[in-house]
Amino acid sequence: MKNKLSSGPYLVWMTLFTVVPLVIVVYYAFTDSVTGRFTLGNVETVKNYIPIFLRSVWLALVSSLICLLLGYPVAWRIAQAGPKSQRLLYMLVMLPMCISFLLRTLAWVALLEDTGIINGFFIKLGLPPLPLIRTNGAVILGMVYNYLPYMIMPLYTVIMKIDRRLIEAAQDLGCGGAQVFAKVTLPLSVPGIISGVTMVFVPAVSTFYISQKLGNTGTTLIGDVIESQFKTAYNPNLGAALSLVLMIIVLACTALMNRFSGDDESVATV
Amino acid sequence: MKKTSSVFTVVIFAFLYVPMIVLAVASFNTGTDISVFKSFTLNNYRELLRDNVLLPLLLNSVIVAVISSLFATVLGTAAALGIHSMGGRMRRMTMALTNIPLTNPEIVTGISLALVFVFVGQVMKIKSVMGFVTLLIAHITFNLPYVILSVLPKLRQMDDHLSEAAMDLGCTPSQAFFKVVLPEIMPGVISGALMAFTMSLDDFVISYFVYGPGFVTLPVEIYNYTKKPLQPKIYALFTFMFIIILLAMIIMNILQARDSRRGSRSLRRRSTNA
Amino acid sequence: MSKELIRLADCCMAFDGEVVLNNINLYINDSEFLTLLGPSGCGKTTTLRIIGGFQKPTSGDVLFDGVRINDVPPHKRQVNTVFQRYALFPHLDVYDNIAFGLRLKKLPESETASRVRDMLALVGMKGFEERKIDSLSGGQMQRIAIARALVNRPKVLLLDEPLGALDLRLRKDMQNELKRIQQQMGITFIYVTHDQEEALTMSDTIVVMDHGRIQQIGKPEDIYNEPKNAFVADFIGESNILDGVMRADRLVEFLGRRFPCVDFGFDKDEPVDVVIRPEDIDIVAADSGHLCGSVTSVTFKGVHYDIIVDFHGFKWLIQTTDYHPVGANIGIRLEPEDIHIMKKSEYSGMFGDYSSYSAEYDEIGDAEADAAGEESENEE
Repeated sequence: MKNKLSSGPYLVWMTLFTVVPLVIVVYYAFTDSVTGRFTLGNVETVKNYIPIFLRSVWLALVSSLICLLLGYPVAWRIAQAGPKSQRLLYMLVMLPMCISFLLRTLAWVALLEDTGIINGFFIKLGLPPLPLIRTNGAVILGMVYNYLPYMIMPLYTVIMKIDRRLIEAAQDLGCGGAQVFAKVTLPLSVPGIISGVTMVFVPAVSTFYISQKLGNTGTTLIGDVIESQFKTAYNPNLGAALSLVLMIIVLACTALMNRFSGDDESVATV
Repeated sequence: MKKTSSVFTVVIFAFLYVPMIVLAVASFNTGTDISVFKSFTLNNYRELLRDNVLLPLLLNSVIVAVISSLFATVLGTAAALGIHSMGGRMRRMTMALTNIPLTNPEIVTGISLALVFVFVGQVMKIKSVMGFVTLLIAHITFNLPYVILSVLPKLRQMDDHLSEAAMDLGCTPSQAFFKVVLPEIMPGVISGALMAFTMSLDDFVISYFVYGPGFVTLPVEIYNYTKKPLQPKIYALFTFMFIIILLAMIIMNILQARDSRRGSRSLRRRSTNA
Repeated sequence: MSKELIRLADCCMAFDGEVVLNNINLYINDSEFLTLLGPSGCGKTTTLRIIGGFQKPTSGDVLFDGVRINDVPPHKRQVNTVFQRYALFPHLDVYDNIAFGLRLKKLPESETASRVRDMLALVGMKGFEERKIDSLSGGQMQRIAIARALVNRPKVLLLDEPLGALDLRLRKDMQNELKRIQQQMGITFIYVTHDQEEALTMSDTIVVMDHGRIQQIGKPEDIYNEPKNAFVADFIGESNILDGVMRADRLVEFLGRRFPCVDFGFDKDEPVDVVIRPEDIDIVAADSGHLCGSVTSVTFKGVHYDIIVDFHGFKWLIQTTDYHPVGANIGIRLEPEDIHIMKKSEYSGMFGDYSSYSAEYDEIGDAEADAAGEESENEE
């Protein structure tokens, strides 16, 4: 009973530094930057950025999907490995995440540049250089590269936990290899797919560095706009309004995703 | 199926590590252009050691990471104990609070904290509020959930009667915690602390909004650098850090291996008789 | 006798060089209820998994209807399994779990529906179609697991300790239920358990296993009345096992006295193990018995008393409905049919001595160790 008190300082801390800040964001979003009075002006200005919001969501969704397609087989394969190699492979997936994502993105710049490593290779082979950098494709590649581990981790965790006896039961009832996958493994990994997609989508939709380095002026993302409101254009009120909308989009998307997996729970408790 | 996926996995791992290799190779390059390898040199490393900008910044990063992860570990472990004994609504609400920094986009966490600091600064008439303290507060805030999420499962695995047994045998509640509960959940505490440390060491997005000119961390400085022409010694620094993190991960790995071995030893012994 | 359906010929199994099955030879007839019985780690689950196709024997053959099926994968065998802890699919409801196998066979949905309905009726679970798996109790999950396997009309149903997770009362009910289902369907059941009572109640044939070897195959009565060695005698029921010497056909000597018995065919003066079941012993007045000893402990068991009697330093367990106080001198009489003679085996001297008798036998401890052991057995 007394233990509950030990989370007191934590609750105070989190209230001060997560709840209060969110309230302040709302406050800023609805006040005028000059007069400091209540206004709907910032929120109205957000309308001008709808195309950028749409582009951000679109690119983030495409990246999430690609991450899923690339990540699932890898997660599945890791889960099939022996316990020792499982730990090693899992570590190898995590490792790139621990290196500054700025530098990793820069490395992609070096690879993709017009005079970069890949095009240099093409020229040596006598092929014409390709316009790789400053395209939507390059931005998606940057997102997929940076966030792929976030997809593999939850998928691996879920696939690994699937009871071997369920697979055997499916075989026993007449499933071949592909059918076992389609009827048991895949449906049972839905929670991992949901959390993987969420974990890729959220940072991808709000990123502000990848697009600056790998994209062009036409691929500006909402994260770039928000960043500029705080760092160059200095209009924190508009920035707050944009963040508020971004937050709502993210909340709506995650809530939507959780509905898919949430169903199981709500029925189970009946 | 297994063979195809093995090949595919190797390809994906290559994809994950190509940029690392590019950076590592660049750190031994005499030229300044990352795309063109001129000849091999260790000059970048020598320069890095003589450098009096990057290394102090790295030290700054380490200071923030150590203090924030230690603080978050203590606060977070205490919180996890509390959450573990909570029930129903209280628990759900606390977990929702814990999930805010995890589900919110980092940029939103960053700017919302920045706005609070600016707001407080205005109220208290402090001219430049951003600095070491704001950075530390931000780092502790986003570190806390990682500690909690790695300690809670260990508490769930633990037999709830352990601390009762300890007290039955004469421990005071705090002795019961330090002698019985803490050793039991230690693997979770350590991995939470390590996770918090690496997260903090590497954080850029949130730090970027709450740092002040008086106290800059390495990732923030790298971002500022990348707007100017890059110095190759940064690649050397990266390769150096890669090795440090690799070592940290190996330690974490060994700790986890030991932990899981302890758990499965008895099972395995029996199953070999089968 | 009905025809042979499954045969294991010289099956051996080793994991990492450790021998788990040692030369198993076994045939199973059509419509038979056969039980693999033994302590944890005896190889019974492995034997079952070989028949199910989840493991391949290191050497030896598995024949089904005379055809070698070593390399046939599980989904192509006419065999279905009721798994330990059921292995029901958590993402499907009761109906979809049972319909799983039929849908793979692409049966028309109307036939699937009627067969699922029949199965639910058979296991007494009508009206549970829409229920989620995790809303079911252990006994209900058990019934669904049986229905899910039987709906495919397998020739053989394999059951791997299916009642292990249920409480005692439910277990007894399910034993009768399973026997009824087996007779109603008229198919072969191969049943794995470590519970001797369960085996005796349900089986047509019992295969007693230990250390990867078959110790005895037979009808329940034969296994109980004529155990082949000390291991079987001790594992099935309670037994007093003594060293004896065969003096002639139908004459055995133990505890310094000769007794007429019904066994023959041993060498003259061959050392043997003598089994005397505790419920077969008649207690008489001290002066009119074949043997005479003093009671050292009495335990009330409900239907009878367990008493430990010291005969010349050797302690026997006797079950009697009459109360005899500790310290009482009593005599016993042994009729020829109360005495069972076994050849000496590697197990001689390991069982059947009640000198260190404790009131609970060692059933409780055994059952727990078994339950834990069996779980891990399957994780291989």
